Amino acid sequence: MTDFWKRYQRNRGAVIGLIILLAVVLVAVLAPVLFPQSPWKMVQRPFLPPFAMERFPLGTDTLGRNVLAGLAHGAQVSLLVGLISTLVSLVIGIPIGALAGYFGGWVDDALMRFTEFFQTVPNFALAIVLVAIFEPSVQSIVGAIAIVSWPPVARLVRGEVLSLRSREYVEAAILSGQTNATIIWRQILPNTLSPIIVLASLMVATAILLESSLSFLGLGDPNLMSWGYMIGAARTVIRQAWWLSFFPGLAIVLTVLALNLIGEGLNDALNPRLSRKGK
Amino acid sequence: MTSTPSEPVLRIEDLQIALPEGADRAFAVDDVSYELNAGEILCIVGESGSGKSMSANAMMGLLPDQVRPTAGHIFFDGQDLLTLSEAELRDLRGRRIAMIFQEPMSALNPLMRIEDQISEVFEAHNLLTPKERRARTLELLNEVQIPDPEKAMQAYPFQLSGGQRQRVMIAMALALEPDVLIADEPTTALDVTTQAQILELIHDLRDRHGMAVMFITHDFGVVAEIADRVAVMQFGKIVEKGTAEEVLDNPQHDYTRKLIAAIPKLHAEKQEMVTSPTPILEVIGLCKTYRSGGGLFGGPERVVKAVKMINLKLAEGETLGIVGESGSGKSSVGRCLVRLMEPDAGSVFLAGEDMAHLKGEKLRSARKSIQMIFQDPFASLNPRTKIGRIIAEGPIAHGVPAQVAFAKAAELLELVGLDKSALDRYPHEFSGGQRQRVGIARALALEPRVIIADEAVSALDVSIQAQVLDLLADLKARLNLALVFITHDLRVAAQICDRIAVMQKGEVVEIGTAHDIFNAPQSAYTQSLIEAIPGREKELAAAS
Amino acid sequence: MLRFIAMRLVKAAIILIAIVTLNFFLIHAAPGDPAAVMAGEAGAADDIFLEQLREQFGLDKPLLTQLGLYLGGIIQLDLGFSYRQQMPVADLIFDRLPATLLLTMTAFVISLVLGTLAGVLASARVGKWSDTLISTVALLFYATPLYWAALMAVLIFSVQLNWLPGFGYETVGGNYEGLDRVIDIAKHLILPATTLGLFFMAVYMRMTRASMLEVSTLDFVKTARAKGLKPSIIQRRHVFRNALLPVVTLAGLQAGQLVGGAVLTETVFAWPGIGRLMFEALAQRDYNVLLGVFFVSAAMVLLFNLITDILYRVVDPRIRAS
Repeated sequence: MTDFWKRYQRNRGAVIGLIILLAVVLVAVLAPVLFPQSPWKMVQRPFLPPFAMERFPLGTDTLGRNVLAGLAHGAQVSLLVGLISTLVSLVIGIPIGALAGYFGGWVDDALMRFTEFFQTVPNFALAIVLVAIFEPSVQSIVGAIAIVSWPPVARLVRGEVLSLRSREYVEAAILSGQTNATIIWRQILPNTLSPIIVLASLMVATAILLESSLSFLGLGDPNLMSWGYMIGAARTVIRQAWWLSFFPGLAIVLTVLALNLIGEGLNDALNPRLSRKGK
Repeated sequence: MTSTPSEPVLRIEDLQIALPEGADRAFAVDDVSYELNAGEILCIVGESGSGKSMSANAMMGLLPDQVRPTAGHIFFDGQDLLTLSEAELRDLRGRRIAMIFQEPMSALNPLMRIEDQISEVFEAHNLLTPKERRARTLELLNEVQIPDPEKAMQAYPFQLSGGQRQRVMIAMALALEPDVLIADEPTTALDVTTQAQILELIHDLRDRHGMAVMFITHDFGVVAEIADRVAVMQFGKIVEKGTAEEVLDNPQHDYTRKLIAAIPKLHAEKQEMVTSPTPILEVIGLCKTYRSGGGLFGGPERVVKAVKMINLKLAEGETLGIVGESGSGKSSVGRCLVRLMEPDAGSVFLAGEDMAHLKGEKLRSARKSIQMIFQDPFASLNPRTKIGRIIAEGPIAHGVPAQVAFAKAAELLELVGLDKSALDRYPHEFSGGQRQRVGIARALALEPRVIIADEAVSALDVSIQAQVLDLLADLKARLNLALVFITHDLRVAAQICDRIAVMQKGEVVEIGTAHDIFNAPQSAYTQSLIEAIPGREKELAAAS
Repeated sequence: MLRFIAMRLVKAAIILIAIVTLNFFLIHAAPGDPAAVMAGEAGAADDIFLEQLREQFGLDKPLLTQLGLYLGGIIQLDLGFSYRQQMPVADLIFDRLPATLLLTMTAFVISLVLGTLAGVLASARVGKWSDTLISTVALLFYATPLYWAALMAVLIFSVQLNWLPGFGYETVGGNYEGLDRVIDIAKHLILPATTLGLFFMAVYMRMTRASMLEVSTLDFVKTARAKGLKPSIIQRRHVFRNALLPVVTLAGLQAGQLVGGAVLTETVFAWPGIGRLMFEALAQRDYNVLLGVFFVSAAMVLLFNLITDILYRVVDPRIRAS
């Protein structure tokens, strides 16, 4: 563990990423305390520019709502949707990849054609269709993001399992009479963990981008304030009120950047042999 | 072979090359000096990690990043190569000093035709017109005896065999008639018969062109075959150097003596046949065919008959060698025996029960009696599992209480010569030889009656190899095990096997006692295999 | 090669049929009467039209029969009727398709060319400040939402600097002819195509850089150096060509994402393509149009994939032979 941290912190970007992410998490957790009022509530005149009033440092939007409060509450939505939809993708992708890689043959063929189908379909367009048809809500958004995001997980796990499957220690386990379930669980999956962790951290970032894009198009959960929604609502007034699009966008960039940096740091820390090459 | 005394073309003086911080020692090579004369083959010999390739890479200016020469000189043609600029070195590379590598597949660009890769050498030094380059390339391919050189010119590397690719590499190195040819383990990745051909080719070319050859190898057999002079390296230092006769027949340094003693002798004892009325293992009509491609969207199907109607018998306490070159089907046989691979036809009777047709629970319990030792000591142990667990897993899966299984694991560790403190440690804390001992302990944990050893010592350095072979022989005798020993190395087979089956293209071409196979081979293929063993002639001469 | 293309076309057809089937089941899975779903927002369509739809798609017949009717329609390129726009969906889409093709192709070329170039440059200067700069910019592009980049580009280059138009496909009422029209459209194209390409540019840059560094550690590069070749030739002939292989594979997969990204870009720039059409259909809950655009964009992705597969076979002799 200390070794892991030592290798992680050698990547300066990854440490910066971690600090940014911790800040975003802190804001999300403290949002209800810092801004107890609903972020949908009108608090001042509309189009109040930033830095004009101390109480509303980032100004107000087209309906006089506090932009800063919106950002804080939006952080909750972005992080939650990003995290949960990634978990759901893992739950779909890992078993499919593990079964395909371990059993091979027609099981592999069938599962991989299925995966390929979802990978070929333009995934943002599919997400739009899914959310639109099942009505925008947190559940439909998480579901849609998970459905378009799992194929890379399945392919990664399949590839890893396939190469581990022919590893001699797995063959030794087969000869020693262990059951398939034990072999997958004890011999194979623990050795695929590092690449899955790295991929998952990058997937949270992609999921946050996807959620914000859906909300931008008006497909966000109508009850929840989100960064994408804020930008979408301000799209038509960009010429009059730049700050309404600028700050939420900046929040997305920082969060996604932080997650990507962390992903790289994890990669360096978990696959020390691979990362040395690039340096 | 007599070396011609003349002015050395290359002289290395007190060379020292530093390794980056955190390496297992400070210097890759330290205080190394030697000379290379025109028309002479100098072998640099050492085990892995001895630093034997480092000085060669230094003279080409091809050292890895972070590895730098820190002292000494490399004199070539009156100048010190270590003081030359990159542009000056580049002018020498390929023109005056050329190099060939271990893996001819990865040493060639997979996307370029052979012709382009060879004529690039002329282009790099602005020599000849495109038309002349083409003609010269054809000449070179003829000289290295590639079959159908016109066609080979148009081929991509993946369309050639391993031996042909190495010939292409040699043609490339010869292109500008260099003064020095560096050959870095050029035959290690090749089969023994191909190796013999390539060694002969290098020998001939040296005679014809009079260049100096620096031949880097780990194999004393190859040294005996080709060297005029020898330098032996250990831990980055030269421990002994001299003419081939001096070093091979009368080694002075302990390390050299140990290395030479560790080489399995090409001599099989004539012994009583172990006869047992009922064999423990009997293979009848075993067949295995690989099919690839095909399917709904694949291309045309490719069919390779890897194993064709094999029959074998193994008596209790006997060691049967299965020997063959790559692609002979020897590993497929081993894997079919334990059902890591499904045979297409045939029977495998293990103590009277047909392993080839068991399923599910019956297969699981039958497998207890037949276990396997694997080739790669690094891939054969799960990196995330402690040694104790690795050994105990099998018995636990068969219902032995964990405590009993772990106690047994401790005993087994001692049996294979490891301390029982190893129980709680992870595989990465052990060396290759030690891991192979753990692999043996794991195989023994289920108290099998037959063990399949698939190239079990091929990945080990020769001194470690000798120790593991001794351990196997000892265990076999003590536990009355029957052993199927699969190997490409005839020397190893000669040392450990009672009987040997020689395989070629999926068939057993000859089977007999080890003594008969080596002293009176019946089939032409077995004869060619034995003749190709490096160092054999010298050994025969010494014996008579 | 012909056999290969034929095989791939069969495969593409199967995927398209699967997508149509998916569409069909989505319509049925959606809350409410399938006829109302097809017509658009529930309650907005009149009863005669709904009855007509029930008749046409046999909505009272078994599910499989319905699927057959639906598939039959698609094969004749009948993507349904937009009740909202009073036009066949196919006509709506094919009217708008050229604009989207122009936008996505331009974005594809910009991102691939600039991305690989930047990647090559960064790998050649690994560890130096120019590498750090290129890698940092790529990291930023990689984290920037498409639509936000588009909005900021409008704000800077259109509103503040007034250099480029930030709205539409050509100047409204400009009535340009010939070359002038081409130049006018090109000016309108710059911002949308560049912002759509930013993300992919970052992807190609990172991929190319990593791939170049990886390939340059391989043995055949050492062989090339041992021949005495100049570093520039080694980089171009040996490293770059081999490093390009994974980038080509990636490009095929990424091309599909461009079509999805176009929905966002076309929304911001009011670009009259199928992405904008999809956005409008969303607001009006015009599901037939939505599913039609989805189908056509999937077909575009399959086409892109086919092209990159063929390209890959041209570049790599090993695949060609197998």
